[in-house]
Amino acid sequence: MYKVLKATFITIWSLFVLFPIMWAITTSFKPESAVVNGATFIPFLEYQPSLIGWKAILPGPDSLTNLLTPTLNSFIVTAGATAVSLIFGSLAAYGLSRFTYGWKNYSNADIIFFFVSQRIMPPVVLAIPFFLLLKELKLLDTHLGLILVLTSGLMPIVVWLMVDFFNALPREIDEMAMLEGCNPIQAFFRTILPLSKPGLTVAGMFCVIFGWNDIFFALTLTATKVLTLPVAVIALNGTVTPYWILAASTVFSIIPLVGLAFVIERFLSRGNLGGAVR
Amino acid sequence: MSLILKNVSVTTEKDGVILDDISFEFKPGRIYILIGRTTSGKTSLMRAIAGLLPIDSGQITMNGEDFEDKPIWERDVAVVYQQFINYPNKSVLQNVEFPLLRKGLKKSEAREVALASINKVGLGDYLDRKPAQLSGGQQQRVALARSLSRQSHIMLLDEPLMNLDYKLREQLRVEFKELFNSQKDAVTIYATTEPPEALILGAEILVMHEGRIIQYGSPTEVYEQPQSTTVARVISDPPMSILPVSLSAGEIRFGDGYSQPIPAKMKNFKEGHYQVGIRANDIVSAKSGGEKGTISLVEVSGSETLVYVDTPAGEVVLQMEGIHDVKVGESISIELPGNRLFLFETNGALCVSPDSAGE
Repeated sequence: MYKVLKATFITIWSLFVLFPIMWAITTSFKPESAVVNGATFIPFLEYQPSLIGWKAILPGPDSLTNLLTPTLNSFIVTAGATAVSLIFGSLAAYGLSRFTYGWKNYSNADIIFFFVSQRIMPPVVLAIPFFLLLKELKLLDTHLGLILVLTSGLMPIVVWLMVDFFNALPREIDEMAMLEGCNPIQAFFRTILPLSKPGLTVAGMFCVIFGWNDIFFALTLTATKVLTLPVAVIALNGTVTPYWILAASTVFSIIPLVGLAFVIERFLSRGNLGGAVR
Repeated sequence: MSLILKNVSVTTEKDGVILDDISFEFKPGRIYILIGRTTSGKTSLMRAIAGLLPIDSGQITMNGEDFEDKPIWERDVAVVYQQFINYPNKSVLQNVEFPLLRKGLKKSEAREVALASINKVGLGDYLDRKPAQLSGGQQQRVALARSLSRQSHIMLLDEPLMNLDYKLREQLRVEFKELFNSQKDAVTIYATTEPPEALILGAEILVMHEGRIIQYGSPTEVYEQPQSTTVARVISDPPMSILPVSLSAGEIRFGDGYSQPIPAKMKNFKEGHYQVGIRANDIVSAKSGGEKGTISLVEVSGSETLVYVDTPAGEVVLQMEGIHDVKVGESISIELPGNRLFLFETNGALCVSPDSAGE
């Protein structure tokens, strides 16, 4: 009985959640006639699927706009911010997990809070300072500028997640590595990092999702040269664009994340920490 | 060529004094057993030697080199912990190779040494397994192989048998003796809480208590001449019974009641208050006479029975061969043979120990 209820609930909830996405997917394959004359549902029967929407967003003779360039920009910015955040964030987290820092009454916990507090502030507050900062640095409308700004938002998440993860790893492992001739940096890279794949995967996924979906900073700090995908999609929305093209563009923009979710799922296995300390 | 500790002290805010002015010279080629209760400072002493616990004052030198300026990774100290620490992502072979490669051995040399060491601990068939796929005893052997293969000049073992089951302990204890003896130039320090382990492995015994080394000597010396009641308690298993007594003209009186003629060895001592200690296997249960008491606890362990008796003088533990059908609450008469008594001052210092051949 419980199982049936559970299955029913999950099914209904999934339909509810997935419906807009399914609607977007079907709409992206509809021709003009199938959209403007009221709702149509069944392909081949009620309407003939067409690629008109997709052709409009990809390069080619029927192209309305080319989303491939913004995709590349988004890719560079996301990958860059994620890489920088993961590298420096996990190093910071390792330090905070294994060593004690302090000044007067302030200790590691306060440093961690400092990192997390970066996320408490609404990004709107930061828009103008960041704009002025990047202007002075001549980094407005550049990949590097956007990467740096995104990193400032992503690294706190990495630090926060990874401190917890490193705390859960037995200290004896790094002690042993040091006893066996590794200095702290080598101990980190040779023994702790290989054990941290699950944690880094989760942190990296957060970074990629936040980075890919960022629209606020991309909108305020870049203009034409570094147009990212979300901004490009929103820009389509601002002009008079047919629904089927809009649908195609939104579906196009979520494809990478969906793909990533499927790939990453298999990395998120627990249990590879067994055997360090009984 | 030895490891010398000079006035080593460690005090922390949380635990107070951990190591209290320890001075000792560990010579290479010997096995030193650190014995003491938990929190007596055994682990802290090892961590201090390894560099994992910074020392507040004093000096640690190895072959004349001061350890103070040497970070942990340059000290070349091999450690086997109570928990089995292996790198979970590496196979058995890689685990053992790792420290060798760090030490600068060539890939082929490292493999050779690692294989020899793994075979020595009997894990030759498990080279590619991950630690999680091994049993507890096997994991501890991997840790052991890793430490042995390094040929370090200092080898520290912190209760390495603690988490293993009885059978395996017996087996490894015997193997340890051989393995350690093959380490000719190394200072081997082995910490344990268990007297039998100390006595079996026994080379030199250091008894630790509250951060100090309170007695040092061969197993027989420490066993037969414990310099204080603390040492006697730590080194005796089953525990030594320690009772307050008073000596007076020709008599030794236990607590307020039972008295017996004074043993010859104690005749020369002043009258007054003392403590006596007696080992469980030296106490005799008597049909009549002797000290009367009530049995408070009975532990049967196969070949012997431990009986805890409440007497007017205090609690006494007596060990009887074989299984005995005694019940809690019954009264029992016990005799404390005069020639088996240790006499201690009230402050715990040893006055008289029984003759070793005094059966």
